[in-house]
Amino acid sequence: MSLLARNRGNGPAADASGKAARPGGKDPRSAGEIGAERRRSRMGYWLILPGFAFMLLFFVLPVFSLLATSLYAKPPGADVGQFVPALQFGNYADVLGAYWQELLRSFAFALVATVAALLIGYPMAYLVAVRLRGRKLLQGILLVLIIAPFFTSFILRTQAWKQILADEGPVVAVLRAVALLPEDGRLTATAFAVVCGLTYNFLPFMTLPIYANLERLDTRLIEAGTDLYASPFQTFRTVTLPLSMPGVMAGTLLTFIPASGDYINAALLGNNQDTTMIGQVIDSRFFRVVDYPGASALSFVLMLAILALVILYVRRFGTKELL
Amino acid sequence: MVQERLAEETTTAAGRDSGGADLVLDSVTKRFADFVAVDDLNLTIPAGSFFALLGPSGCGKTTTLRMVAGLEQPTSGTLSIGGRDITRTGAHERPVNTVFQNYALFPHMSVLDNVAFGLKRRKIRGAEARAKSALELVELGHLAARRPGQLSGGQQQRVALARAIVNRPAVLLLDEPLGALDMKLRRQMQVELKNIQLEVGLTFVHVTHDQEEAMTMADTVAVMNAGRVEQMGAPRELYELPRTAFVANFLGKSNLVPGEVIEDRGDAVVVNARGNRLTVLKERAAAHHGRVLVGIRPEKLKMMWPQDAAGDPDNMLHGRVADTSFTGVSTDYLVDVPGVGRLGVFSQNHGQQLARPGDEVVLCWDTAHAFGLDGREDSSAGAAEAAEAAAP
Ligand SMILES: Nc1ncnc2c1ncn2[C@@H]1O[C@H](COP(=O)(O)OP(=O)(O)O)[C@@H](O)[C@H]1O
Ligand SMILES: [Mg+2]
Repeated sequence: MSLLARNRGNGPAADASGKAARPGGKDPRSAGEIGAERRRSRMGYWLILPGFAFMLLFFVLPVFSLLATSLYAKPPGADVGQFVPALQFGNYADVLGAYWQELLRSFAFALVATVAALLIGYPMAYLVAVRLRGRKLLQGILLVLIIAPFFTSFILRTQAWKQILADEGPVVAVLRAVALLPEDGRLTATAFAVVCGLTYNFLPFMTLPIYANLERLDTRLIEAGTDLYASPFQTFRTVTLPLSMPGVMAGTLLTFIPASGDYINAALLGNNQDTTMIGQVIDSRFFRVVDYPGASALSFVLMLAILALVILYVRRFGTKELL
Repeated sequence: MVQERLAEETTTAAGRDSGGADLVLDSVTKRFADFVAVDDLNLTIPAGSFFALLGPSGCGKTTTLRMVAGLEQPTSGTLSIGGRDITRTGAHERPVNTVFQNYALFPHMSVLDNVAFGLKRRKIRGAEARAKSALELVELGHLAARRPGQLSGGQQQRVALARAIVNRPAVLLLDEPLGALDMKLRRQMQVELKNIQLEVGLTFVHVTHDQEEAMTMADTVAVMNAGRVEQMGAPRELYELPRTAFVANFLGKSNLVPGEVIEDRGDAVVVNARGNRLTVLKERAAAHHGRVLVGIRPEKLKMMWPQDAAGDPDNMLHGRVADTSFTGVSTDYLVDVPGVGRLGVFSQNHGQQLARPGDEVVLCWDTAHAFGLDGREDSSAGAAEAAEAAAP
């Protein structure tokens, strides 16, 4: 959200209003010049119009429609999928009572996946952006490798994890050999598998913002830290990490938000009992049970919960640069 | 008062930590691939001195400092402080602090936190209080809560200085610390920096390409060129008796007249420069026979009208004024001496009649002011570098 706000600040609208704000009065420029300037500043508003219209049409209106649907009621004796407009707030209590576990689980899975992606993504970003600075070719190759998973489909990549974690697969074999997994232990259809899938699928969203941030890191500050008696670890903790917080914030949000609403990983890599995520519930409410109000209410709850969590998070860890 | 207290603490600390802690570089060489940035450097920097490393851009000054700080490993050679070999010691374990060329202040910390950074890493008690008094020392106590980005260049420079000084390192390294400041602030900071050094009594190694800066501030100046030290000594000594053409031209201006030694007078040699007899004292000459360069500074030349020039025809050159530039306090002349070349003359304004272009003049000087250099040297070495260094 705050990211968007910053972009807007740099956009053509801000620029245009800045120019328009210039007082008239004794302007030495000719009327023609001023007219041209006005037209140009009005151009700014025209330029943001498509984006504005898009957001209105595909975000604001659907949200209101969703809100309305979530309050619909089912008239007695109605067919499957038949609802009437109403203000039935009980829908929220019903779905929360029934699915609070799935909701909490989704956030728990997303949190673990986000932390895992951070632990994997930060070192990768650091390696490419700082350690390999100046070695353009190597940097380019590694960046392509980071993005490469995007070149195959999401479903396919997730299916591949089934093979990797299969009972006869290499991971299980190794874990059994070192006794981290009992002889009859499995990884397929477990929470572990779902979190693996989430971590893997959203890793680039973590790595790239951190990379973009660390790429601009002035390494002379790291040298200054070392010069002032900070060990390499202390320098990282007191200089590098705080300076890269905007990247970490962006990365964690871009990972956590889609991960908590994801249902493909849980559907393909999980089971039917203890790995169900809220996305799956919404999906089945909408398209299988055809409970539009229930599905809408759940979607709305998910949205608000994410919003609340994000605000808390940004308040706690957010830096001035991001806000 | 605060300043006195800090100075006091510092003197005792320096006495304890770094008593007689000379910095010694022993045959230090640094290669980047095939390029030799620092070439077999030998330096001894006495504890408590203000030492300047002076040289044109690219001569290896920063690389030398970085090796002392531990940010760069020498390809060969050793470094030691107070007799302790620090060649393999990590940068964060060396009793050395740097004021970086671009200051490198931490943008995410307040000015006070920047200054307290080094003390906190070493878990020194009362870090904040000490940082505060260091900020007072550089007269920035009132800006402690600001971020570096909210300060002017001159203020940032002082914060960088306070951040380094507060740790009372055995050696303080300053890499062109005044380079980014405008001329006026620069001259002012030169005086302040020198005063602070006297006050805290630390060893300062100051890198600069500005010869005036090096001369006004340092006790000892080492003139560097292409990775080597050309000459080292007190500013006055370097100026009055340069030993190489590079030093003669880079540090102030010099007229270098080529000639051949034709006579040995015991304590002096006589040089024939296109028929002119020039005398150079042996103790002021780098070579005593064969081809030599006779050097004489523009302000040491006396310019006379031909009718006034009488007596000893030695150390006398006849020429014609080619150009004059009057600056008020003085006049700079360019005088063409047939067969010898164009010489610069700096003439103080005593109210005398000024020569005009085309006038016939005679140049003479006191033998004690001339110096002799090896005749195989390029007489213009260092002149272009000096002009570049002087450009803003
Ligand atoms: N990391 C490096 N890799 C390659 N060459 C370098 C490196 N650092 C410095 N140099 C070269 O070494 C020479 C000396 O550099 P430096 O010590 O920064 O000079 P100075 O500070 O005197 O201007 C320069 O020619 C520079 O290009
Ligand atoms: Mg330099």
